[in-house]
Amino acid sequence: MRVYLDNGTTTPVAPEVVEAMLPYFTEKFGHPVFPYSLGQEAADAVERAQEIIARSINARPEEVVFTSGATQANDMAIRGVAYANRNRGRHLITTKVENPSVLRVCERLEKEGFRVDYLPVDAEGFVDTAELEKRLSDETILVSVANVNDEIGTIEPVEEIGEILRERQRKIYFHVNAAAGYGRVEVDVKKIGADLVSLSAHKIHGPKGVGALYVAEGTPIEPVYFGYISLFNLRPGTENIPGIVGFGRAVELMMENFERDVAHMTRLRDRLISGFEEIPHTLINGPRGKKRSPANVSCSFKGLEGESMMLHLDLNGISVATGSACSTTKLEPSHVLTAIGLKAAVAHGTIRFTLSRYNTEEEIDYTLSVVPRVVEQLRRISPVKPEQL
Amino acid sequence: MTVEYTERGMLKYSEKLLERFRNPKHIGEMENPTVVAEEGDPQCGDMFRLYLKIEDDRIVDAKFLSFGCAANIATGDMTVELVKGKTVAEAERLQIKEIADALGGLPLIKMHCAVLSYKTLKKALAEYRKSRAGSVSPPQG
Repeated sequence: MRVYLDNGTTTPVAPEVVEAMLPYFTEKFGHPVFPYSLGQEAADAVERAQEIIARSINARPEEVVFTSGATQANDMAIRGVAYANRNRGRHLITTKVENPSVLRVCERLEKEGFRVDYLPVDAEGFVDTAELEKRLSDETILVSVANVNDEIGTIEPVEEIGEILRERQRKIYFHVNAAAGYGRVEVDVKKIGADLVSLSAHKIHGPKGVGALYVAEGTPIEPVYFGYISLFNLRPGTENIPGIVGFGRAVELMMENFERDVAHMTRLRDRLISGFEEIPHTLINGPRGKKRSPANVSCSFKGLEGESMMLHLDLNGISVATGSACSTTKLEPSHVLTAIGLKAAVAHGTIRFTLSRYNTEEEIDYTLSVVPRVVEQLRRISPVKPEQL
Repeated sequence: MTVEYTERGMLKYSEKLLERFRNPKHIGEMENPTVVAEEGDPQCGDMFRLYLKIEDDRIVDAKFLSFGCAANIATGDMTVELVKGKTVAEAERLQIKEIADALGGLPLIKMHCAVLSYKTLKKALAEYRKSRAGSVSPPQG
């Protein structure tokens, strides 16, 4: 049996999405900047996708810019707003648990003379909002927090953060990386009070290589890429038209089935959690219940190492991700697991299972039959006893 | 030897290494070993324990336990295979490169796994030498 439980990394493209994209490769292949009919067809397709995506986040179509993905959207948002506001101040605030696509950009800005504070989180991964208030200063220009943590599924209090920022006299821009949250929790830019929101298509059954950045009207933002200006001056270059069309279709499907899919994933998530809790010396990382992403189960199996676990599950047909250092080229345990206070030895044994609308009850039955067996097998050959950790 | 390491952040294991990881031949505990040695730290993500049974200066049996990644398990298994049946003096001459080569190469970032099992072997053999020196022929002079 093949079971794909790494939907937090990427998802299979929905068949309806592929179907919607196909004509834009061979028949409707025009360049959207030209006013002849083929070009207009492409421009119209981009506009339709903008409308769909804008509606899904309670924004206006002109506020949606297409990008190559959430990574590029994060870079465009953070550097773009930092550069455009550098005369008002050079202080940014983010958290210790952001995706590397946010953290690397912040580190780059630090080298360029900006100051960045990285907020701590509690044991369940919730950002410390009291600490945020303390760090806000007359120099602060931007705050960036993901609405859902991509590793441990914590739903962050972004509405509360938006509220805190709105109450300040001075305008502080708020960026939300919603790549992990889109399709799992509601993303309403007005409710959040976000000025910038990053989205990704391939995590919601759309194609890879396309994403979007919401930029609230009036937000000062400088382009960080230069070149041939196409439809969007923030992101030069010919638009990925088939990708944008596919993104739009994926969002339509996501919105049509949102409540049903969330209920389905939540049920499967809670079955996995209760099953794993029966395995001795096992920790569930992140919160339980309503404040956890319906698609995420992060689990630390003490006494074993995540990469071995991941590869053994793969031998059994199950695809998962690991928070182990050994699966990366850095050989350090995940910064998120470290931030919630996990000991490195425990963090190394962490597996992330992430769900989608396509997972079934049978797949969960199968996973729950395989995981305890693999855990036992790996613990048997380990010199580290789980009770010592 | 081919070192496969790409900037893409990918870890590319050889087929030989993956086969060893899937079906290690020498993993498990040993009763009444002559020496046991341990290296590594679970905090760093890998730990290795080696058991040797030595008779007349020959390694007649060897086994290991591993807390670590696929490369850790595979290099451990290969290290044991390379010294099993050898004399202590022969085992002392084993090189890290031989372990990696026997697995069809190791990604550069995983070379420390071969180093870990190598260091554990060295430690076990040193311990054996020390115990023999103490019991059989005390140093002269």
